[in-house]
Amino acid sequence: MIRHLLDGVPSRGLAMLAILLVLLLIAPYFVGGYLLTVLFLILYFAYVGQAWNIMMGFAGQLSLGHSLYVGLGAYAAAALYVHFGVSPWVGLFASVVISALAGAVIGFLAFRFGVGGVYFAILTIAFAEFARIGFDHFTWVHGSSGFFLPVSNYTQNDLWNLRGSPVMFYYLMLALTVIAFILCHVLLRSRAGYYWLAIRESPEAAQALGINIFKYKMYAVVLSAAMTSLAGVIFAFFYNNLFPEQIFHISRSIELILGPIIGGVGTLFGPIVGAFLLTALAEGMREIMLQLGVELPGVKQVFYGVCLLVVVMFLPDGVWPPLSRLLGLDQKTPDGES
Amino acid sequence: MGPGVPIEIYLNVAASGLLTGLVYGLMALGLSVIFGVVRVVNFAHGEMMTIGMYIAIVLFFQLGLDPLVMMVPIAAVLFALGYLMQAALINPFINRPEHSQFMLLVAVALIMVNALLIIFGPDAKGVQTSYSFDSFQFGPLIVDAAKVYAAIAALAVAAALFAFFRFSLTGKAIRACADNYNGALVVGLNVKQLYALTFGIGAACVGAAGSMLVVMIDVTPALGPAYTLLAFVIVITGGLGSMPGALLGGLLIGVTEALGGLLFTPSAKSMFAFAILVLVLLFRPQGILGRRAA
Repeated sequence: MIRHLLDGVPSRGLAMLAILLVLLLIAPYFVGGYLLTVLFLILYFAYVGQAWNIMMGFAGQLSLGHSLYVGLGAYAAAALYVHFGVSPWVGLFASVVISALAGAVIGFLAFRFGVGGVYFAILTIAFAEFARIGFDHFTWVHGSSGFFLPVSNYTQNDLWNLRGSPVMFYYLMLALTVIAFILCHVLLRSRAGYYWLAIRESPEAAQALGINIFKYKMYAVVLSAAMTSLAGVIFAFFYNNLFPEQIFHISRSIELILGPIIGGVGTLFGPIVGAFLLTALAEGMREIMLQLGVELPGVKQVFYGVCLLVVVMFLPDGVWPPLSRLLGLDQKTPDGES
Repeated sequence: MGPGVPIEIYLNVAASGLLTGLVYGLMALGLSVIFGVVRVVNFAHGEMMTIGMYIAIVLFFQLGLDPLVMMVPIAAVLFALGYLMQAALINPFINRPEHSQFMLLVAVALIMVNALLIIFGPDAKGVQTSYSFDSFQFGPLIVDAAKVYAAIAALAVAAALFAFFRFSLTGKAIRACADNYNGALVVGLNVKQLYALTFGIGAACVGAAGSMLVVMIDVTPALGPAYTLLAFVIVITGGLGSMPGALLGGLLIGVTEALGGLLFTPSAKSMFAFAILVLVLLFRPQGILGRRAA
């Protein structure tokens, strides 16, 4: 099993990965509270980026409404916890089921009727917006006035109810990110992974070869939605407040796909590299603006926009492919073909 | 709200939605023209409209100029913006994959909406024209004068656009590019320049629509993404690449939103537009007046 997992991975890459993992594991002992939150955010974006990448990077379906799954996941687990005292570990099943169902409905509507490409993307936005306005009027979770989880000072971590220090959330997010990474690595070498790539490159050719493209596109959407909803659960219990205007907002969807796009769509490391780059740059810029005493809403987004523009124009494959060549991890080197 | 609302109220709201729908239709027409010819989905469409709206606001407050009178200059400014965008940014992307073009425009939209936010702040801004509180009465119907003027202007612009594409040589050349890209190249059309022209025309439509909308509603930077989405919903509902479809879709969505806002709550009105989008995708994916895609 382990051997199979490591098949075709260059040993240099493996060593670097191990070092990175060890660094991330010991980080909480060295960094302060602020930096830990930044690291948490990086892992969060790396994880949801990985989940989004299954749909876009592997199966070629552009979703611009992934905030829908984050929001549904967050609201489902939080509402069960607040209203019925259900542990998030149980509630997450509801989150996953609801998000997967939402993904299935969107996928069914789109793929049955041949809505593809950009129109599919618009459909995903429409559903996220639908949810945003719907939750604004959904009184069970307090509509637009926001849904809050009870907060108090916790002397020790309550892992069962996800109440506790940022360090606990950091390790949870790290675990999720690692699991998602391994899952994607395995998926890419599975039958489904090859089918997805075939569908991405040419749906007609894939269909002609006998691949049930409807079924495999549905798999990608449902899996991606389910994975994304888990990030929503952690988000809800980490931040303790949920507003439809924020969590379902289209800017959130765009924020979470920037990482994989800047890192490299369809690559395993793209989402992680992208999340590191973007979060580090955004936080760095925030720090600089704080030092200069300027406070302007929108500057961060303009910056995101410029980053995206530059990458889309000049590095259409993202940062990771050239970076991996630089690090000698190019997949086409003789010692590590895949 | 709810029971006990006299039928006149519904008629009035529907009429008002119809007039707003014409302006929506003009906005969507711009998107449809760009898509139909350049085959690029302008994800910055609503953002470009808010730029037009803010130009109208600045002209109104600095120089006291009426937005509807300023429609032509505002459309001209947006034309220049659209022309430059296509020539400088989008033309190099013509042969890139669809999602790559889309992300380019997402980036442009992101920059536009937040640049407006930095310049004008998040607060809503509106104009008070001399006719802001006037209304016309047609039998039992009472409609806002501003909406009537705006709707007439929208019809005029749409008619001019139809005439341009039907009768002018340039319009015919643009349609040739849309029909057959390689054929247009073979007969020696400067396709890239015509594309830039088309994007400019689409942008001018949305600029004109913005100068009309500003007399009806207040503008905030956050309006951009919402109207981009609305324009998509209208275009998909009416039929992609169909110019009459865009206008029809605008009317349909305008009335639906208005009645939905009356029957439920105004803040939930755009849910009805999305509901229509889903219904259309389910039962007539090519749109009401669209041709079935191959």
